[in-house]
This record gives sequence, C-alpha cells and structure tokens, in this order.
Amino acid sequence: MIHVDHVSHAYTPSGPPVLDDVALDITRGAVTALVGPNGAGKSTLLAAVSRLLGPDHGRVVVDGVDVARAPDREVARVLAVLRQDTRLSARLTVVDLVRFGRFPHSGGRLTTADHEVVAASLAHVGMADLRDRYLDELSGGQRQRAFIAMVLAQETPYVLLDEPLNNLDMEHAASVMRVLRTAADDLGRTVVVVLHDVNMAAAWADDVVGMRDGRVVARGRPAEVLRTDVLREVFGIEIPVVTVDGSPVALHWLPRAGRHPMGVGQRY
Amino acid sequence: MSTVLDPSTPLDPGPAVGPSSSERARRTRVRRALVVLVLVLLVGCAAHLLWDLRGSWAYALDLRSRQLGALVVVGAAVGASSLAFQTVAGSRILTPGVMGFDTLYVLIQTVTVFAFGAGALQLFGVVESFVLDTALLTVFGVLLFRWLFRRHSRNLFVLVLVGIVLGSLFASLSTLASRMLSPDDYLTLQAVLFASFTTVDVRLLLVCAATSAAGLAALVPLLRRLDVVDLGRDAAVALGVDYRRTVTRVLVVVTLLVATSTALVGPMLFLGLLVANLTRQFLPTHTHVVLVPAAAVTGAATTVLGQVVVTHVLDLATPLSVVVNLVGGVYFLVLLLRSVRL
Ligand SMILES: Nc1ncnc2c1ncn2[C@@H]1O[C@H](COP(=O)(O)OP(=O)(O)O)[C@@H](O)[C@H]1O
Ligand SMILES: [Mg+2]
Repeated sequence: MIHVDHVSHAYTPSGPPVLDDVALDITRGAVTALVGPNGAGKSTLLAAVSRLLGPDHGRVVVDGVDVARAPDREVARVLAVLRQDTRLSARLTVVDLVRFGRFPHSGGRLTTADHEVVAASLAHVGMADLRDRYLDELSGGQRQRAFIAMVLAQETPYVLLDEPLNNLDMEHAASVMRVLRTAADDLGRTVVVVLHDVNMAAAWADDVVGMRDGRVVARGRPAEVLRTDVLREVFGIEIPVVTVDGSPVALHWLPRAGRHPMGVGQRY
Repeated sequence: MSTVLDPSTPLDPGPAVGPSSSERARRTRVRRALVVLVLVLLVGCAAHLLWDLRGSWAYALDLRSRQLGALVVVGAAVGASSLAFQTVAGSRILTPGVMGFDTLYVLIQTVTVFAFGAGALQLFGVVESFVLDTALLTVFGVLLFRWLFRRHSRNLFVLVLVGIVLGSLFASLSTLASRMLSPDDYLTLQAVLFASFTTVDVRLLLVCAATSAAGLAALVPLLRRLDVVDLGRDAAVALGVDYRRTVTRVLVVVTLLVATSTALVGPMLFLGLLVANLTRQFLPTHTHVVLVPAAAVTGAATTVLGQVVVTHVLDLATPLSVVVNLVGGVYFLVLLLRSVRL
C-alpha cells in the first residue's frame, strides 16, 4: 500500500502550497487514476511519492518503507516512475532504454534473466519488432510505449506514470491503458496514473482521485467521481454527465459545458 | 510492423532475447573504432619520437619522451574528465574548460604565490605547490559547481554564460593579483604558469601522471552509474542511483584531472570540448565503460598528433594550446549555434 501521510509542499517558501496536507492511501493491485486541472499538483504529488522531490512536511510510506529514508536502490526495486517530460541527451535504441529498467537489479551488468525480462516487457507493450530502432526515429506513441516498457522491466510492485497518454492518438491511448490494465490484472502491479481525461480514467481505472489546488477533493470508484457535482468540485466547471451502456461519460467538450451556474467558469 | 497491442500474449518473451544482429553490428563498429583510435595514438607517438631525429639521439629522445609523456597525460586527463563532466552536466557543450575550471586553477596558483610569496613557492617546490593548488581547486571547484548545478541545472544557456563570465572573471582576478606581486614573485609565477609542453619538469610530470592514473582509476567504478546519470537526474534517482554522491565523486575526480593538466601545460580551454564530442561522434554507443577510456585515448591522440602537426608540418613556434583553442573555439561556436537552432 502507498500511504501518503499528510504531505505538504511549496516550491517557494513564500508562495502558495502546491501540496496542501495531502493524505491518501492507494490500494494494492488496483489502477488508480489521478485527475484534476492543470496546476492542481498531480505531478508534484507523484514526484513526492516517488521520492524525486522531498516534501516540506509529511512522508510517503510504501509497504512500510519511508521512501525518503530508504536506500535509493531498495526503493527502485519497489517503485518505478515515468515522469511527464522525458528528454534524453543520449541517443538510445528502444532496447537500450528498456535495459535501464534492470539497473536496480543488475547494476548495469545484465544476466540472461534480465534480458528475458527486457524481451518480455518489449513484447508486453508491442514493441518487440522495433527494439533496435533509435528513440528519435519513433513516433510519439511508440516512444511513450518504449518508456513504459522500461518502467515495467523494473519489475516493481508499484508503477507510477505521469500523463503517459500525452501525444497519443485514440488508438494508442487506449492501447497504453490496456497495457497498464493487464499489468495490474495479470502481473499484479499497483498502477498510479495521472490522466487529464476523466473519461479515460472512468473507463480504465478502479479508483479515481480528484485533485484541486494541492488538495484531494474527490475520491472513489469511477461512477462516484463522474458526477456533475463532484466534477464541479474538482474542475470548477459544469460538466454534464450521461450514462452510456451503464458507464458514466462526462461531456466536457460540449459548448454548454464549462458554464458555471453563477455565470463564471472558475472557482467560486 | 504491428503497432496495436495484443493483450492475449502479455508475457511471451519475443524471439530475440540477447543482442540482435543489428546490435552486434553496432558493437563491432565500436570495437573497430577503438582499435583505430589506439593505432592512431601509437602512430602519433612514434611520429613524435622519431620524426626528423638528428644529432644526439639519446638527448633528443630523452627530451621528446618527456614531452610525449606530458602530451599523453594532458590529453588523457582532459579527454576523460570532459566526457564525464558532460554527462554529469547533462549537456554536450559544457566541459570543465568551458565552465572556467582551468582559469580557476590559474587563479589559485596566482593567489598562492601572492599569499606565500615566491620564496615560499621555491621552498615548497613545484610538486608541493601542485598538491596545495590541486587540493584548493578540488574544494572550490566542487563547491562552485554543486551550487551552480543546483540553481541553474535547467537552464543550459545560463550555465554557458556563467561559465564564460567566471572564466574571464578568474582570468582578470589572476591578472590583478599578479600585478600586485613583487617583480621577483612575478617572474616565478610566470615560470609556473607558462610551463608548456617544451619545458617539462620530470618530477612534476611523474606526480601528474600518477595523479591522473589514480583519477582515471577512481572513475572506473562510477562508469556504469554514469550511463544512468546520462538519462537525467529524475530518471537516475528513479533507477536507484545515489545521484548526489555519484555526481560529487565525479566532480572531485574531474577537478583532480583538470588540475593535473593545467599544472603541466596551463589552460587548454576548448581541448576537452573538442575531444569529448569527437569521441561521442566516433563511437556509436552510450556506454561509459567504452566512452570514457575512448575519450582518454582520443585526447592523447589529439594532443600528440596536434603537436606533431604543429612542429613538423606547420613548422610553427606556436604552442599547441593556441592551435587547439583556435580549432576548439570554432567548434564550440558551431555547437552553440546548432543547439540554438534546435
Ligand atoms: N519546479 C517547480 N518550481 C516552481 N513551481 C512549480 C514547479 N513545478 C510545478 N510548480 C507549480 O506547482 C503547481 C502544481 O504543479 P504540478 O504539480 O505540475 O501540477 P499538475 O501536474 O497537476 O498540472 C503549479 O502551479 C506549478 O506552476
Ligand atoms: Mg503535471
């Protein structure tokens, strides 16, 4: 279990808190989607959970281990993270990149078992036949899946991803979500994924967490969060929700969405 | 080429588990490039020792082998340290020379003469003052660069600018301090600063060679971690690398190597930039176990061949550093302009 224990953080001492006393438990074996408007603090929360950022207050405990205090290598065997922007100065092939996922286990000297995990991860994201292509020769979606393969190759019980669907077309976005879903269902991984589309979250996640202004303002199963009143709390706009085939669908792209009953599309 | 996922076979390892044929071909290219580099270095060494050998052989060979020793030590130290520094700095246009490390060493040399006087310097001897200056450079260099990278790690051009400003600031401070020296002290300082490949102090050469060898050896256990550091800070931490410790250790070794080369022949601002980028272009790999030794060989080959060309082909009395800085400076401009366009 990931236990976020009253975490607060501000990037500038005088500025507003980007994380404001966040307390959150994330259950094992589930896919949890983190949604919220831009600047809500989703990336910052993910960075704090994956100890890329040391928060001002509070701590994050994963399976009883305080991530900020445990040795780096030990944490890297429990928790893998894919950040939002992944720019590389090195020129790598797909398989070079995925092999890095084995670093916490092998220290850079890969065994046959490591190579097998790398091959399996590549196959899992459907990139086996592109393994020798350089990353700068790939489309955005293929690149993204190569990075996901690296994170899966780390073979950690917890996998965190920050907006992995950026730059992906519909088909590839769905296929990435399917990869994450099978990672949870078949491989028993716990997946936490930042998504900007609430419908994507509703369709694929077990659990949806809504953030706004550094706080968790909604939490529950997709049907419990995809409601006009709850979405208003999270996004500050009116979003009609209809039910299609028994699943809630938020119509946030409609012209009439966004208009607030008070006449303003913003906060109260 | 299938781009659609097939969830029905999630964990079926594909046919290729080990290196594929294209990967093996790449490794062969790397191996061949390494052999070529070593051969070039050996040919350069032979040319340097034997070209146009006249008069007393024993005397000339003694002089030339000392010079060759200095060339190899400087080239290897600058090449390896620059490549490692590029990786830690996360940029291909940042090297210790560009960031003002060399001029900082000159400033430290000047200030020690200023503080202790030339008499003390003669008392210390060349080697002892090298040890003192190197220790100071390591302390100040690591502090300075830790601070810089924490503050501006995101902004490459701020870093380049800061490096250039620091370089000229250190240089003018050195000039200022040297103006305030007594004439005697000034002469001693000049002798220390304008050490060049033509006048090599054997004791200093031996100490520098030993220091460089120790520095290069200290890099060896860090090489595999450098591969990961090359992915950037966040990715490195995520993959379990102790980022702070690794970077600090690399910076300590880099300052040590810069100190040895600067003590031997003075600042070589753009040599490292030239050598490190040539190495990366020449060897299609991201593995530092290959790249760092290759940069050392490329560096040595560059200085040795450069000296051969300067003395025998161009027939110039110009010091090698002038030629290297000219070529390297143009190359730096090209790199800058190219990455501005990106
Ligand atoms: N490195 C940083 N330095 C200063 N402010 C930052 C930094 N990263 C994010 N912020 C600010 O923190 C807030 C939350 O950012 P972020 O966590 O990236 O939000 P989200 O991922 O939900 O869009 C934003 O207002 C953003 O401007
Ligand atoms: Mg974000």
